[in-house]
Amino acid sequence: MHRKRGSVSLSEASGIFILFLGALSMVLPFLWMVSTSLKTYNEAFQVPPSFIPQVPQWGNYTEVLNSVPFGRFYFNSIVTSTAITLGQLITCSMGAYAFARLNFKGRDKIFVIYLATLMVPAQVTMIPTFIIVKWLGWIDSFKALIIPSIFSAYGTFLLRQFYMSIPMELEEAVRIDGGGAYRCFFQIILPLTKPALATLGTFVFLFFWNNFLWPLLVTNTTEMFTLPMGIQLFAGRFTAQWHLMMAASTMAMLPMIVVYLFAQKYFVEGIAMTGLKA
Amino acid sequence: MVGGATRTKAYLKRHRNERLVALSFLAPNLIGFIALTVLPILATIYISLTEWNLLKPPQWLGFDNYLKIFVSKRFLQTLGNTAYYTIASVPVGIILAVFLAVLMNGPRKKLNTFFRIVYYLPVISSTVAVALIWKFLYADDIGLFSYFFSSIGLTAPKFLTSTQWSMTSVVIMSVWKGLGYNIILVLAGLQGIAPTYYEAAEIDGANGWDRFWRVTLPMLTPTLFFMTIMSVISSFQVFDQTKILTDGGPGFSSTSIVYYIYNLGFVNMKFGAACTVAVVLFALILLLSMIQWALQKKWVNYDA
Repeated sequence: MHRKRGSVSLSEASGIFILFLGALSMVLPFLWMVSTSLKTYNEAFQVPPSFIPQVPQWGNYTEVLNSVPFGRFYFNSIVTSTAITLGQLITCSMGAYAFARLNFKGRDKIFVIYLATLMVPAQVTMIPTFIIVKWLGWIDSFKALIIPSIFSAYGTFLLRQFYMSIPMELEEAVRIDGGGAYRCFFQIILPLTKPALATLGTFVFLFFWNNFLWPLLVTNTTEMFTLPMGIQLFAGRFTAQWHLMMAASTMAMLPMIVVYLFAQKYFVEGIAMTGLKA
Repeated sequence: MVGGATRTKAYLKRHRNERLVALSFLAPNLIGFIALTVLPILATIYISLTEWNLLKPPQWLGFDNYLKIFVSKRFLQTLGNTAYYTIASVPVGIILAVFLAVLMNGPRKKLNTFFRIVYYLPVISSTVAVALIWKFLYADDIGLFSYFFSSIGLTAPKFLTSTQWSMTSVVIMSVWKGLGYNIILVLAGLQGIAPTYYEAAEIDGANGWDRFWRVTLPMLTPTLFFMTIMSVISSFQVFDQTKILTDGGPGFSSTSIVYYIYNLGFVNMKFGAACTVAVVLFALILLLSMIQWALQKKWVNYDA
């Protein structure tokens, strides 16, 4: 039990070794992507494969940029994910506050209906939502990408649980001073639940950044494609041009990976709190 | 008396104000809930009882769609594919995650943080982009996996282009992608186990192996239960991977339920039948969750 500091037991060393092997298998596909993205067409097919491209072909990236409007995909993804995240944070936090603190008729009954819908997968509501969007003439617009997602029963539920855990006394002080529900909400509840909001926001943003099925249904033109749709488009047009497809994938993934590396705390710590998978 | 009446009036006014305030908080949420959740659920059920291509008005069929899909070979195959995907990916994903998380739960904080970041990388990445990388790794003859097989003298299976392998290849990629998420959940579960249990086990002379089976695993069962429920639900919703890797093929060998819904509705314009499958999907998810809920008494330990 009393090991010297810094010494490593055999079982510990083998554990670390296994974890390293696993970590290698996690990053290998990404490294292979980047390596292939810098190869020539022929090099990508070469057997045996080389891991380091002979001369890095940075031109692959300009070729991708010239053949599809990648900048537009970034823009669409940023606008869509940001708007949905803000929308959900507003609707969910306000609704959650009403359920947690305000008295109105039927409150608990309505909340039970919310809970009942948590189990309903998005694919069940997808078709009627699509039909409504089509009727409204929203197909191929930001409205179609954003508005159907600015509410979430899960987010409301999650924040309501957080608000319930905040002691009432804090708000009572505001109430005695003559403050109303709005002051309680903005001065007490919101500042105290910043970490919960940040976590929920991170997950919502990530989910919609990577979301594929909905944009697949409601966007038709390249102009309105988000990044996952853009990659699909690119893969369809440049079949077998693996060096270019990998360059496109790298470009699509890079921003999120950079954000993740800087803010990994929010990504990782939040899961245990929410159980959410983006 | 006059004073009392004013007070009652004031009370009523305050009460009405409170209701108005509550309504202003709730309204955006409730409108969203009704328009984007409740109505679509009811509409799906209604459409599932019709035939509708969105061009003509829907035609009432009653339960015909339901009777049809349960004898439809294609639907049953889709169901089988999804069941295979679930049975193959959920246990492997969870067992691997427990194994790696236990290794990761040691005292070397910096190293463990590093591992956590790396294992979580696939989780945050777009499934579409990741699936494209794997499509290249899996590619016949030129793919990296094919090269690994041939370099040790084996012939690589046709990962994506044979009906025997297509779904398994989708499973392998999905386990890889979801591993980090499962590891984080197990780590959270491990951190919730009070050290006193381990101290007691040590006093009783338990070795590492005993400690894992007698303390760690039983104390982890609530986490494992949660993970199983969530993994089964998300397995029944698999779509992105099959769309990119195999397009549901070859044949229908890797068509999942959601892919089938997509295909029926948005490719073949049979929105009635697509909604029928969606309702069945929901019923299956509900049923499986209820079964797991009922079974939890047999293996989940809530003593902690």
